[in-house]
Amino acid sequence: MRIKTRRNTPVWLIAVLPLLSIGVAFIIGAFFILWAGESPIRAYLALIKGSLGSTFAITESLSRATPLIFTGLAAAVAFRAKFWNIGAEGQLYCGAMAATLIGTGMIDLPAPIMIPMLFIAGAIAGCLILLVPVVLKTHMKVDEVVTTLLLNFVILLFVNMLLEGPWKDPMAMGWPQAARIIDNGVLPTIVAKSRLHLGIIVALLMSILMWAILRFTVWGYEIRAVGHNQQASTFYGISINKSVLMVALFSGGLAGMAGVSEVAGLKGYLTLTLSPGFGYTGIAVAMLAQLHPIGVIISAIFLAAIYVGADAMSRTIDIPNYIADILVAISLLSVLVGAMLTRYRIVWGK
Amino acid sequence: MKKLQFSEICKSFGSVVANDNISLSLGEGEILSLLGENGAGKTTLMNILFGHYVSDNGFIEVGGQKLTPGSTKASLDAGIGMVHQHFTLADNLTVLENIILGTEPLTRLWSQKKQAYKKLQELSKRFGLVINPDARVADLTVGEKQRVEIIKALYRDASILILDEPTAVLTPQESEQLFKVLKEMVKAGLSIMFISHKLNEILEISDRIIVLRHGKVVGEVATKNASKESLAEMMVGRKVTRPAYKKLKKGKAVVELNDVCLKANEGSTSLNNIHLKIHEKEIIGLAGVAGNGQAGLASILQGLASPSSGDFRLFGESLNKYNPTFLTKSGVARIPEDRSKEGVIGEMEIWENFLGEELRTKSKSGFFIDKKQAVSNAEKLIQEYDIRCEGPFASTRLLSGGNIQKLILARSLSNNPRFIIANKPARGLDEGAISFVQQQIVNAKSKGAGVLLISEDLDEIFELSDRIAVIFGGRIQGPFDSNKVNKNQVGLMMSGEMKSDSIYEN
Amino acid sequence: MMELFEMMLTTSLWAAVIRIATPLIFATLGELICERAGVLNLGIEGIMTIGAMAGWLWVYQGGDLWGGIVFAAIVGMIFGFIHSMLVVYLGLSQHVSGIGITLLASSISYYAYTLLIPFSTTPPKIVPFSAFEVPILSSIPVLGQALFHQSALTYLSYILVIITFFVLYKMPIGLTIRMAGENPVANEAQGINVLLIRTGAVMVGSALMAIGGAFLTMSAFDAFYFGMINGRGWICIALVIFASWRPGKAFLGAILFALFEALQVRAQLIGADVIPYQIFSMMPYFLSILAMMLVARKAAYPKALLIPFRQGDRI
Repeated sequence: MRIKTRRNTPVWLIAVLPLLSIGVAFIIGAFFILWAGESPIRAYLALIKGSLGSTFAITESLSRATPLIFTGLAAAVAFRAKFWNIGAEGQLYCGAMAATLIGTGMIDLPAPIMIPMLFIAGAIAGCLILLVPVVLKTHMKVDEVVTTLLLNFVILLFVNMLLEGPWKDPMAMGWPQAARIIDNGVLPTIVAKSRLHLGIIVALLMSILMWAILRFTVWGYEIRAVGHNQQASTFYGISINKSVLMVALFSGGLAGMAGVSEVAGLKGYLTLTLSPGFGYTGIAVAMLAQLHPIGVIISAIFLAAIYVGADAMSRTIDIPNYIADILVAISLLSVLVGAMLTRYRIVWGK
Repeated sequence: MKKLQFSEICKSFGSVVANDNISLSLGEGEILSLLGENGAGKTTLMNILFGHYVSDNGFIEVGGQKLTPGSTKASLDAGIGMVHQHFTLADNLTVLENIILGTEPLTRLWSQKKQAYKKLQELSKRFGLVINPDARVADLTVGEKQRVEIIKALYRDASILILDEPTAVLTPQESEQLFKVLKEMVKAGLSIMFISHKLNEILEISDRIIVLRHGKVVGEVATKNASKESLAEMMVGRKVTRPAYKKLKKGKAVVELNDVCLKANEGSTSLNNIHLKIHEKEIIGLAGVAGNGQAGLASILQGLASPSSGDFRLFGESLNKYNPTFLTKSGVARIPEDRSKEGVIGEMEIWENFLGEELRTKSKSGFFIDKKQAVSNAEKLIQEYDIRCEGPFASTRLLSGGNIQKLILARSLSNNPRFIIANKPARGLDEGAISFVQQQIVNAKSKGAGVLLISEDLDEIFELSDRIAVIFGGRIQGPFDSNKVNKNQVGLMMSGEMKSDSIYEN
Repeated sequence: MMELFEMMLTTSLWAAVIRIATPLIFATLGELICERAGVLNLGIEGIMTIGAMAGWLWVYQGGDLWGGIVFAAIVGMIFGFIHSMLVVYLGLSQHVSGIGITLLASSISYYAYTLLIPFSTTPPKIVPFSAFEVPILSSIPVLGQALFHQSALTYLSYILVIITFFVLYKMPIGLTIRMAGENPVANEAQGINVLLIRTGAVMVGSALMAIGGAFLTMSAFDAFYFGMINGRGWICIALVIFASWRPGKAFLGAILFALFEALQVRAQLIGADVIPYQIFSMMPYFLSILAMMLVARKAAYPKALLIPFRQGDRI
């Protein structure tokens, strides 16, 4: 077996690739549904109906996509520079904590000021916590994969501590949850009778902003250069440490904003179940989008639809909703293989 | 009797024919040289011999027995040993571990190191190859590493030894030593195939010479009937033209290093009290065995590291904090050692790599990339330097080594630099590209640039340099006027066996 | 302070230390073998999860305990095989593939568990491995009872440390594994199939990770809980670095880590009124980060770690 470089890759192939990967996931996922003794076709129809079958279903999918766009962007920008930030989950909670800290009564300003302030605070919190792994990496050569992963657990414990202690809402009848975000800080819904809120607009704007930065600016060049080849980047005079820091600030900030959007938009208050793994799913979102910021929007909506659909499906058919996680994991792995096959060919024989 | 016989070997990759009907043989107790420039098909032939590739056509026989194609093991078991140009050793393991790798069946429960020691000692004694079996490979010199590679082959009872460009990394004296060992081996009945593009050595060591060009055997001569000129022409297919050396009146100093030191990083040699002055219109050749501080010196001059002490003056001004961008802007052309890994980013497009060093200086308000300007500049330079590619938007990884080097030269020399730091600029290129690169450097010199040429190839250094300096163990000797020293003396200084006192110093 | 010192001398503390250390020893050895061959296996967290689930399920369905361990190991190997196909044969990013394996393996575990045990408020239990005493050795004061009055799996982990050491340093196959992680080209030049060696190492390593997970459901506890691995896999990755890729040090690292963990649990009981228990629970994670900080600067990573090998690349 030998791996050869393709001289050129058809553009349509790159565009179709994520769809193919999700297709592969659905085919393999069918075996899991069969295992549960159900018909895959029936199950998938229920899944599609549950995610796209009605206006409400669509708004549910879109509102589930909102945090995924943020965390997907966070992973995409970091992975572009081969900075392995696997801590979006923790950074999300940091953003949520920041929003809770200032949004539950500490300050009360008119919404047009209050809402941006919450997002900025969340972004700063996400950045700050990511600074720890960054500094450890740039100054002590500690691998960021493990530190960002471990910090997820620390942060979750910290949130737990706050929710059982000082931040516990006495009105919540013993549930560990924080007080509600005040009205001026709540993100307004943008479709009546739905949970779809302003957060998605912010997410879309951030996607476009990240795309523009990566494509048109010196920063974007540096991020891509460092990701492809550190040695040559250094030779070009790009400071690796500075680039890593910059990438981390973007990445942590975006993940922090995901937390703000969930707390101030969807839930209204901080709980330990705020994120069912949005940080980790963001990695799948980014890879399916092949790290393209605009692609992130599409793949986030896709994966969100799978989750929302699977929830609906599990209510009507006896299939655990973990099927969604399986589908997402398989599409992550198959898009990896697919992306490689668009750039290389496998030649058998010597 | 034929020990090794290649018969009608053909191999092509897509539309590129790497080996075209190659037939050749190696006799018992013979030293055969395989001569050919880079890209002539020598490497492919060896890859076929060792089963990394399977030939499209033809076969190989060892001692009259057909060799199983596509099996490295079969080749090794048939008694073929190879000393690779890029050593296949692991730095973190011991010499002994490197040598016994793969010699024992993998199902064996216990490595028999005692016996290995004994065998190793016998071999060392027999061929005069002294080595400490317990040393970590990382602590060995380049010459010693090569010795380990040779012992590795002998340890497997090789009767045919193939050496791929073995002298590329050695001093002239070490090469002499190697040749002695090789002759000893031939006396003991081994057959040797010597792959090289250095004519002098080939004439010295071999009994017979086979010349390869464009994947074909284009000539075969007994060494006693061969001459350097005829071989060179056979190898390249036309008269070899190298830029003519011309002494110019040297101008002001462009670079002055006074008492410069650099602390060692992992895997590099520290620099001790370097004094070096480079003037306009002169080329200083820096000779030395790899790993003696060239990397550190180059990194200082390329802006990748600052001296830990001492004074670095560029164009008369003392620098303390500086970076690659500053140097490029001030008129320094930087040609890196590893062109495809350090010189360009393969995954990015050609126009982006042209922008590389001047990213910040050539952007609108230092932030927005001026793509239009960058692309038109790339188009112009692609034309001017005849870079073979599909245009400025092609992916850089698709370029050949020679074209990547042209890209780097175009990028750095088109700004009329006043100082050029060139680290092994011609290494691994074919003759056409080598003369192109050297011509560009000579042209830059006549336009007024000062050049520091770092190279392991003494021929190149002597052909191009006005003055020659030698680096050993992080210290520099010289520079000496190039007509006042000879290769032998430089070789001795490269291995630290001669101090410069005996030579006139400038 | 005296209290702490006295606690250090109790058998029950050390018995707890060994219990906490056992899964870490398995999984750290597993990761160590993978990395020695040049492959980072971030699938560890998921493979431990599915090992825990598979072993437990086997016994819950009526199989015997050792059968459960073998089953867990085989399931672990399957995921190791998938990871190898992606990163060894196709040369994909070891980071992303590993995360993908973790997501896949844990979601399959949860899916299967929910499917097979649908409506239960208290997780069903099995009869786990029981502890037995090793004659003579268990009569050593304090440590004897701690080290040698444990379940068979713990003894297996001791033996595996020694076996791993011998395989890596004394057997020809170990040399080729280490070479695959240092300079795979040297293997290829000697006619050894690097891809096969790496795949084998990843599969064996993954099997050990799965057994480490299975220890939790089949010896330390007697049921499967969601999120029960709780970052142990990531901690093992830190431990491998802390141990500078040596089996003996990995064992000591796991014990040291487990000691802090056991002390932390005890301190939680004592100090719960003053300090929230979460602070104590954070300690293992901080400790892992600290361990990496201590060694990171001079960590001698296997040179070919993370670098895909392509046959006939050079030579």
